[in-house]
Amino acid sequence: MAVISYREALNQAMREEMDRDPNVFIMGEEVGYYNGAYKVTQGLLQRFSERRVVDAPIAEMGFAGIGVGAAMVGLRPIIEFMTFNFSLVAIDQIVNNAAKIYQMSAGQFTVPIVFRGPSGPAVQVASQHSQSFESYYAHVPGLKVVMPSTAYDAKGLLKTAIRDENPVVFMEGETLYNTTWDVPETDEHLIPLGVADVKREGTDVTLIAWSRMVWVCLDAAKELAKQGIEAEVVDPRTLRPLDIDTLASSVRKTGRCVIVEVGWPVAGFGAEIAYQLQRLCMDSLDAPIERVCSDDVPMPYAKNLEDEVQPQVKDVVAAVRRALYLD
Amino acid sequence: MGMVRAVVTAAMTTPETKRVERDDQQELVDTTLEELTPLYRQMLAIRRLEEACAKAYSQGKIGGFLHLIIGQEAVCVGAIAALEEKDYVVATYREHGHAYAKGVPARPILAELWGKKTGLVKGLGGSMHLFDKSKNFLGGYGIVGGHVPIGAGAAFASKYRGDGAVTLCFFGEGASTIGGFAEGIALAALWKLPIVFICENNQYSMGTPLYRSLAVEDVSMRALAHGMPRDRFDGDDVVKVKRRIAEAVERARTTGEPTLVEVITYRFRGHSMSDPGLYRTKEEVEEWRRRDPLGRSRQRLLDLGMSEDELGALEDDVRAEIEDAVKFADESPPADEYLPYVIKE
Repeated sequence: MAVISYREALNQAMREEMDRDPNVFIMGEEVGYYNGAYKVTQGLLQRFSERRVVDAPIAEMGFAGIGVGAAMVGLRPIIEFMTFNFSLVAIDQIVNNAAKIYQMSAGQFTVPIVFRGPSGPAVQVASQHSQSFESYYAHVPGLKVVMPSTAYDAKGLLKTAIRDENPVVFMEGETLYNTTWDVPETDEHLIPLGVADVKREGTDVTLIAWSRMVWVCLDAAKELAKQGIEAEVVDPRTLRPLDIDTLASSVRKTGRCVIVEVGWPVAGFGAEIAYQLQRLCMDSLDAPIERVCSDDVPMPYAKNLEDEVQPQVKDVVAAVRRALYLD
Repeated sequence: MGMVRAVVTAAMTTPETKRVERDDQQELVDTTLEELTPLYRQMLAIRRLEEACAKAYSQGKIGGFLHLIIGQEAVCVGAIAALEEKDYVVATYREHGHAYAKGVPARPILAELWGKKTGLVKGLGGSMHLFDKSKNFLGGYGIVGGHVPIGAGAAFASKYRGDGAVTLCFFGEGASTIGGFAEGIALAALWKLPIVFICENNQYSMGTPLYRSLAVEDVSMRALAHGMPRDRFDGDDVVKVKRRIAEAVERARTTGEPTLVEVITYRFRGHSMSDPGLYRTKEEVEEWRRRDPLGRSRQRLLDLGMSEDELGALEDDVRAEIEDAVKFADESPPADEYLPYVIKE
């Protein structure tokens, strides 16, 4: 094992998969000579040349669609969105083409493509650059949606996503790139899509979160421990496919559940998880399932307002106390 | 309907515009019976296939949207005749003819439109989404212009692998105003992808004529901004279409350069079955029917020495082929599965 950053983990995953399979290539804005807007593709141009690390102009719909077409005839593209905020201008390619071609062609054409890039609010980049679209993509049959929270998961999940035969929307935490974790030093570190991970064990309440909110929940769990409450933190890691069994097992054990997401509350993915859990765990639940989300507003710029809008440790603690009928 | 203008010859032009002269005023393109006979047969089969679809639609055997290509057959047949088997074709929702010209038999096409298990895509796609991997037919797409980057992607893969294949990407002139088209051709030009973009300009994007859609009606001029070769011509003569597209295909195959080709054509029917076409004058439609690419090729075959008896036999053969496909579609079992193709396990 080696302690590496989330950014380095993603970089290793792509480098190893490109070494392994000549059909894998990267395309996106600034991925080559600039070494990536967030330096995730650092050094890949030097290693693999312009043929396989392709700097694209600002034309997300165009290069996302080129990826889909190339995938249909046998290549395995990694399409980098500088951020997922810009994926909206390519969403027709992702939803109408990538997600549907396998089905529309009755299984004749597969689209083994990864759309990846940073997602979620960063710091003071205001409303158009601070969004979490996982609920949009998780809504679509034919897509897989991956949201790693640690360097360990980022590497293992990205390698699996690149080898997957289906289109995968791989959303990285924009504020997680510098976080570190122990990662195995093997080029076969693969984590299957659709397997949740218990990030902290506990007995009193289940906290369900993905991407950066896992870190918020781990901090909240420390705070709760001081109050004598042991929280279990479960990270689904992939929203589609969703490992509902692991989530449900934890909820059956604790009897209480708080779902924490940085996205907006209305039709957020947490609502879907809550629905499935109440179906599966009704007899074990001792309280209604709580949700903690960002406020239902476009993100403000001012730092104090930005913090107020997003789920904080204190918000998670408060929700847990509600679920335990302590307040 | 006084605002409906005459055809492209009178369209708004600029000094750079490639004027399209009326084709019946031009010289005939040299051809032979050997070359023209299979092209005529394909066009006729597509016409009969489309007529069978129109009938089946009125009988309720086909549901949803149905866009017929009647009148435009010379474009897809001529263009695809310029290809090799390994080459790719990407098309729109008006793509039955393109699929047939690329080698997809009439039986699975009609069975698909009938929503049957034996359909080309098992009743999952219908009229707008025909796909045949074995023929390198990369599909029919229902979002205008959304497939243009996909065509560029297939061409990107050909360049990446060096497999020498060329992609033909078809779309209507209505697609030239949307982002997918703009970005697709821009990237193909930038990266020199082996693709030929073929604008089947039937002069109406649904019910809106060109002059109300485009400030400059010459779609091929979009190539100029990208330094891309372009061509623009009348598409009534299937042999001319084949020759001119062959030039662009050859350029793509040998130099990797894309071309934007605009072919002027006309659909005799409405945009879809629900469109009575009230935005066009009867005179305009009659004028184009007089120029019917099928009638013209048929006359050419007679001029080249084919007898009426031989032509009659060919036409009987086509009729039998389509009747057989209709019977096949009628008798096939209904579609019966949709789950296995959402995610590949």
